[in-house]
Formats: sequence, C-alpha cells, structure tokens
Amino acid sequence: MSIAQAGVTTEGLTGPEPAPPVRRRSKAGYLLLLPGMLWLVVFFLVPTIQLMATSLYDPNGSLETGYTMTGSISNYWTALSTFQAPFLRSLLYAGIATLLALLLAYPLAYAIAFKAGRWKNAMLVLVIAPFFTSFLVRTLAWKSILSDNGFIVSTLKDLHVLPPDGRLLATSVAVITGLTYNFVPFMVLPLYASLEKIDLRLVEASKDLYADGFTSFRKVTLPLSMPGLVAGTLLTFIPAAGDYINAELLGTPQQYMIGNVIDNLFLVQLDYPIAASCSVILMLAIVAMVLVYVRRAGTEELL
Amino acid sequence: MSDRDTDQREQHDRTEAGADLTLTSITKRFGAFTAVDDLDLVVEQGRFFALLGPSGCGKTTTLRMVAGLEEPTSGRIEIAGRDISRLKPYKRPVNTVFQSYALFPHLDISENVAFGLRRRGVRDVKRQVGEMLELVELGGYGKRRPAQLSGGQQQRVALARALINRPQVLLLDEPLGALDLKLRRQMQIELKRIQTEVGITFVHVTHDQEEAMTMADTIAVMNQGVIEQMGAPHELYDSPATTFVSNFLGQSNLVRAEVVARDGERVVVDAFGSKLVAPTGRARRTEGKVWVGVRPEKVFLARAGSETGDDSNVLGAGTVSDVSFIGVSTQYLVAMPWGQELTVFEQNSGARDGFRVGDQVDLHWSAAHTFLLDADQDAHAGDESYAAMAGASAS
Ligand SMILES: Nc1ncnc2c1ncn2[C@@H]1O[C@H](COP(=O)(O)OP(=O)(O)OP(=O)(O)O)[C@@H](O)[C@H]1O
Ligand SMILES: [Mg+2]
Repeated sequence: MSIAQAGVTTEGLTGPEPAPPVRRRSKAGYLLLLPGMLWLVVFFLVPTIQLMATSLYDPNGSLETGYTMTGSISNYWTALSTFQAPFLRSLLYAGIATLLALLLAYPLAYAIAFKAGRWKNAMLVLVIAPFFTSFLVRTLAWKSILSDNGFIVSTLKDLHVLPPDGRLLATSVAVITGLTYNFVPFMVLPLYASLEKIDLRLVEASKDLYADGFTSFRKVTLPLSMPGLVAGTLLTFIPAAGDYINAELLGTPQQYMIGNVIDNLFLVQLDYPIAASCSVILMLAIVAMVLVYVRRAGTEELL
Repeated sequence: MSDRDTDQREQHDRTEAGADLTLTSITKRFGAFTAVDDLDLVVEQGRFFALLGPSGCGKTTTLRMVAGLEEPTSGRIEIAGRDISRLKPYKRPVNTVFQSYALFPHLDISENVAFGLRRRGVRDVKRQVGEMLELVELGGYGKRRPAQLSGGQQQRVALARALINRPQVLLLDEPLGALDLKLRRQMQIELKRIQTEVGITFVHVTHDQEEAMTMADTIAVMNQGVIEQMGAPHELYDSPATTFVSNFLGQSNLVRAEVVARDGERVVVDAFGSKLVAPTGRARRTEGKVWVGVRPEKVFLARAGSETGDDSNVLGAGTVSDVSFIGVSTQYLVAMPWGQELTVFEQNSGARDGFRVGDQVDLHWSAAHTFLLDADQDAHAGDESYAAMAGASAS
C-alpha cells in the first residue's frame, strides 16, 4: 500500500510524463460536470437560498408593503403549531402509499424480471403507459372510479364492506389510493432494474446450499434487490409527501396535506414567510428521514 | 470437544454406509436435442472421480441433474441406494462448486462459507467456518467481500462453502477453468490433498485431460451425451476402448489393418504388408478390419533395415517429414508409403544423434503396447488438433 502510494507520488513528481493520466481524466471529469453544476446552482441552490431567506422574513409584511429581513425564527413555530396536522398527515399518507406501492410493485417487478419471458418489454411499456396522459387527468379519472354511484362503491356496499351511506371519495382512503396509483411506476422501474441484474446462478447456489424457495428469496434475492427497493421507496415517498393534487381532487380539507397548505399560503393567502417556513420544514424532515433510512437499509456498498 | 466427537462419528457413520452415487439410464433432452443420452454411471464412495469430455458433451448437464438444478427427462439417480431423482436441490446430500463460483456478493467470506450451515440450523457455525477457512488457507480473510479476493482465492471460498456441509458427494464443475496455468496446477494438488483429507466423494468435471489424469482415481470419458469409457487413468491411456478415447486422452497413431490370426494371448494383424501383434487384452475387436493403435512415445525410430528385437512390431520404409524439437523430447512426423503420417516422440536422452527430414526410417515398438480398435469408428474422433485443422481449411 505505502509502496504503491510512494510510487504514484514520485511518478507524479519526477516521471517523464508531464501530465499523469489520472489528473487529465479528472480535468475532463470536471468539464463534464460543469453543465450539471450550473443547472443545479441556477435552479436549485439559488431558489433554495431564496426560500430559506423568505422563511425568515418579517411575517407582518405583505406584497404591497414589501418584506423586511428580520430573521424571524418564530415563523417556524407558527408554521409548526398551526399546521401540525397536515404535516403529520402528509408523512402518514406518503408512508402508507409507499408501503402499498411496494407491496404492489415488488411482485410485479419480480414477475417482469424473471417470469415474463418474451413479454418483458411489453409489460415494461404497460408500466410506463400511464405517463402518456397527464397526472391531472389520471387523478380525475380516479374521482369517477371512486364516485358514490360508481361500480366500486356499490360493490363494496353489496359486500357490506361499506355501510349503506358510506363513501370512498373525499376520504383518506381515496387520497392514499390516488397517491399509491400515481407513484407505483416509480417503484416498479428501479426494482425491476435491480432484480433484472441479479445473477440467477446465485439463486441456484443458495438452493444447492439448503435454502428453500422462500429462504433463498429472503437471503439472496431480497438483499440483492435492496438498491432498487431503496431507490423506489425514495422516489415514491418524497414526491408523495409533498403532493397536493391527490388530496385536492380526491379528498376534502379534512384530508389536506402539507402540499395543499403551502399551495394555499403561497397562492391564496399570499403569506410568503409562513409558506416558505412550511416548505423548509418539509424539506428538512424528508432529508433527515432519508438519511436515517439509507443508513438503516445499509445499502451503501450495494449502491 | 465432545461436540466434535459426535460430528466425526456422524461423519464416520455416513461414510460407512457405502454412499455410492448411481446414475441409471439418465437421459436429458432440451426440446429435440439430447444433451445426455441414456447414461449409466457408478461413482464409488470416497473416490476422486473425473468426468472428462469436450465442450458441449453434457458434463454440466449431468452434474446439474445430480445437484437437482435440472430434472432428468428419464432415469434414476441414487445416493447410498436412496432415490434422489425427484428431490428438491436443497434436500439433496450434495453440494456444488460452480464453474462461475457464484459467491454471494452481499455477504462476507465467513457468511458465504456459513450459508449452508445456517440454513440447516447447525450450532457452532463460527468454529467450523474458521476451521474450513484454515483448510483452504484463507484464515484471516473472513471479513472480506468476494470482490476483494483474487480468482484463486474465490475458487477456494467456493470450495470451502460447499465442503463445510460435508456432503455425501461434492460436485465440481470445472472449478479451475478460470485460473491461469500455474495457479491451476497448484490448485490441482491442493484439491487432491483436501479430498484425501476429508474423504468425501468428488465428482470433478473438466475438459482438461491432463487435469483429469493427475487428479482422479477414476475417469469417465464423455462424448456427445454418452460415456465412451470409464476406468483408472492408466487403463484408459494404455488400453483405450474407442478411437475417441485414444485421441482425446493423449495422442495415438492409428493404422488400418486386418486380423489374420489369433490365439489365446495374441492377435496378429496385417497392416499394409507388415505383420503386427497385439495382446488380446487390448484388442477391442479380434476379427475383420481393425485400427492398430500405438502411443507416439512408445515408438522408436531406427535407420531403415536395422535389426530390432524379437517381440517388436515393425512398420518399415518411412521417411521423416518433419522434426520439432520440444526440449525434453523431439516430435517426428514420419510419412509412410501408404500416404499416412505417423507421430513419434523420442526422449532427448543424448544417447544418439537425432534424425533429419528425409531420413529413411523404420518404426518399432513393443507388441505389449499395441491396441486394436473397431475400424468402423472415425480415426480422428476426439482429435482436437485435427478438428481445428479441418475447421481452418474449411473456412
Ligand atoms: N437449458 C438448455 N437449453 C437447451 N440446450 C441446452 C441447455 N443447457 C445445455 N444445453 C445444451 O446441451 C449440451 C450440453 O451442455 P453442457 O452445458 O452440459 O455441456 P458441457 O459438457 O458442460 O460443456 P462445457 O465444457 O463447454 O461446459 C450443449 O450442446 C448445450 O448447448
Ligand atoms: Mg460445462
């Protein structure tokens, strides 16, 4: 190790090559990174800083009178205490939707990866087919699917799952259903990519080593699909937690999530400082949860 | 300690059971293609058994059927008299060292090796894993991941992972195929040592005839889904049963001849006017048209017309057409009057001068080293250099 390092250093200092290949490659690397970095600075870093600044403005200002920067940390307390319920609801709905999406997507991704044979590509196209229509239209479609005189509600009533005056629309069930439906493809695709890469000879090896079908899945297939599982849950949970369309179209103010609150504060109440505080809180909460989650999932080596 | 005693007693009981591996009329078809054709095989308990054959002859398929990863189209597989043909792979007392190793990338070396024990709920896993890693000389590597090991080390982990389960039969599918020559030789010795030490039946698949001959007690030569011949390495080499075996295992000179006389011990044939003698024990055919065979290193060259011993077979009037010096020996090609070229390896003992291209020579060898094969078989079957040449000239 130390010899190798010494070798590299002396070569870099005294070697006949003026530019060692390693350094040249990293220069090219930075060049390639440049557009992406610029994009991030302009469209992510600057707005985020602006958002954080806004969250600290004097809450008594308005668009007409202008805002003054007072470093009002109290905005955060106001946001948290006033909108505690929608915050918790967002995390809860997104969590349940992510879990449901995982339960639906894993078998599907598994089937596409290992059982679909020549139907593999057709099935993948079907998974992304919903993207050909707009998010809004698809969510509106659920409104009629779950409507009070729709097929599902009447069937559930016939089966006495729902009471005679029960409904699905305008309940948390409808909102979570919508969220699950909308984000399932984001779960399927990374899971599929992960599963498809698994060397089936490893599964055979586990069977040779006394693992039955289920144990083999638990000890080999599942751990090897963890990168896809983590990616899929993140791609589902993060946007679902910030979503407001599903609650808006399929729920009532009783089901409103933090996205609806922010939407309302920004566009209706024009209360920018509190709206910004809510956004920052949501962002920090998600970042913290993701960090803990990725740690716990232990996928660093696999990613 | 007492733990270990019971372990060993169990081990002992199992070995006493006479756990022969028996394949009876095993056939495997993939659609219309027959990969393994009505194969019969008995591997005795505790043997180092080599399944040798060219690429695509059905070795892996045979092994996978024993492991339970492929279902035979028909036939029976038994271990110690118990029919295991329809058992799931995880219920068979068999473990495999895969050609690709198939180590679990998400587990460290210790957990890879412990995998089988943990599935069976064995106690005392840690000690056993430690001992097994010592056996394959990888003590101290337990915390690494497979990707952090060299090819040879990975190979030994694959071996340890299978061996730790003390299977009744260990299947090895070309485990040394990915290693370079030097490491391969080293691992051959290693494998042989471990097999002797643990006394488990090894079924070792390879297409390297040298590997099979140096390691195995018994070799089965397989070709196109059937076993051509089975026996100890020197038996196969000295007394091949088919032209395929005579060419695939080493090299052979095969000359067309016809049986003219025979008594209890010897068969006399006529090859292009020369009378040649072969022991009956090495004659696969004792009448009509035959191939007379002799290994190139058994043949001596002599100046045309010189005296030879009484019990020698002699083919005369050859002309040296090519001489290649290979260090320890020299390889001669001798053109015979009937247009065939025969090969002779001669040791470079320094006792006499070599021959040169164009020299007139006689070939002679001891009658005891002569074998006779069925003339209906292709003289070039199993001859890889001939196949390569034919392929090259065809394209
Ligand atoms: N799943 C399969 N489907 C169709 N044909 C197969 C299948 N598996 C093997 N075969 C065919 O069966 C024959 C024997 O294959 P096998 O893998 O047993 O060969 P092998 O002797 O192990 O060869 P190698 O030395 O190259 O590994 C080959 O011709 C192969 O193409
Ligand atoms: Mg093979």
